[in-house]
Amino acid sequence: MSTAVSQIDEVKTTPWAGGSSPFSVEYGKIMMWFFLLSDAFTFSSLLIAYGALRFSSAAWPAPDLIFQSVPGLIEHGAPLVFVGLMTFILIMSSVTMVLAVEAGHRGAKKEVVWWMIGTIIGGFMFLGCQALEWSHLHSEGFWWGSIPKMEELKALFHGHPSEQTMTTYGHQFANLFFTITGFHGFHVFSGVVINIIITINVLAGTYERRGSYLMVEKIGLYWHFVDLVWVFVFTFFYLV
Amino acid sequence: MSSHPAHTEDHAEEHEGMTKKRIWNVFYILLAITAVEFFIALYLVPHKTFGMDYHVANPIYIVLTLLKAFFIVGYFMHLKFEKAGLIFAIIVPVLFIIGLILVLTNESHHWIDLRL
Repeated sequence: MSTAVSQIDEVKTTPWAGGSSPFSVEYGKIMMWFFLLSDAFTFSSLLIAYGALRFSSAAWPAPDLIFQSVPGLIEHGAPLVFVGLMTFILIMSSVTMVLAVEAGHRGAKKEVVWWMIGTIIGGFMFLGCQALEWSHLHSEGFWWGSIPKMEELKALFHGHPSEQTMTTYGHQFANLFFTITGFHGFHVFSGVVINIIITINVLAGTYERRGSYLMVEKIGLYWHFVDLVWVFVFTFFYLV
Repeated sequence: MSSHPAHTEDHAEEHEGMTKKRIWNVFYILLAITAVEFFIALYLVPHKTFGMDYHVANPIYIVLTLLKAFFIVGYFMHLKFEKAGLIFAIIVPVLFIIGLILVLTNESHHWIDLRL
């Protein structure tokens, strides 16, 4: 038997030579990536629409005047403090999530459970903060299609725009704020629910039997994406 | 079976991707970037230090946000350590978003003109 292999019989082993996934990622994980890609398009459409409306506006409610309270503690004069807390909570829960994934790689079931529980608590804390933020704005008079009374609305704009201007762009702000943070909050809520389901599966030993904690990685991708969207929402609603 | 050693090598690399130490390092970077954003928003802009107003601050916020996005997607979502094919499959479609930004920025210019 000749040991020399003719060139045509040589098996190609390049990633795109066929026989295996060129991405070398499990099917479900690829699908999660493409779902997140489509979700990124949805969120960017919302944020770009917000950007276009705000960019063409004659005046816009100033973030440092609207978001200057810590619900239940400070009524005025603390701009960005509360949203800073929310951002910290979400980044922190992203860290616990990636630590759960890391523990999953080592097959350390107990650690996965604890980090997942940490992530779920972070998610609930964020949702609680958002509920407080929403009810605070609602108590001021903001809601879909409604704005505060004119004398209160005046205090939310820099300079002295006309009443008609303030009414128009106050409404635009209210609708966009509740729609976009609401859509994001809905994603956080779904993430918390899925996290709970995955944690129950971990506890039941489903992934131990399966031999891999890939499901934790997949929900991890989703959870980080939610954090990623918040980074953008935070910049464009609270900073800019 | 010639591809087998290469595969296990990949696997080892993947584990190297995110160690606990690296996770916390990324966390500190994200925290630091956010702290810089707060410093600009709460101190530099109100005090007009270095002539800082929103014309200067807004582009800085956007750059810092994209930097945070890079760290979250690259390290937490592990995309940096995936195969080039997957990286391109995710990043290239995102470029379409730039198209929408350009179109709607242009459009909103037109809306301003309509009101005058």
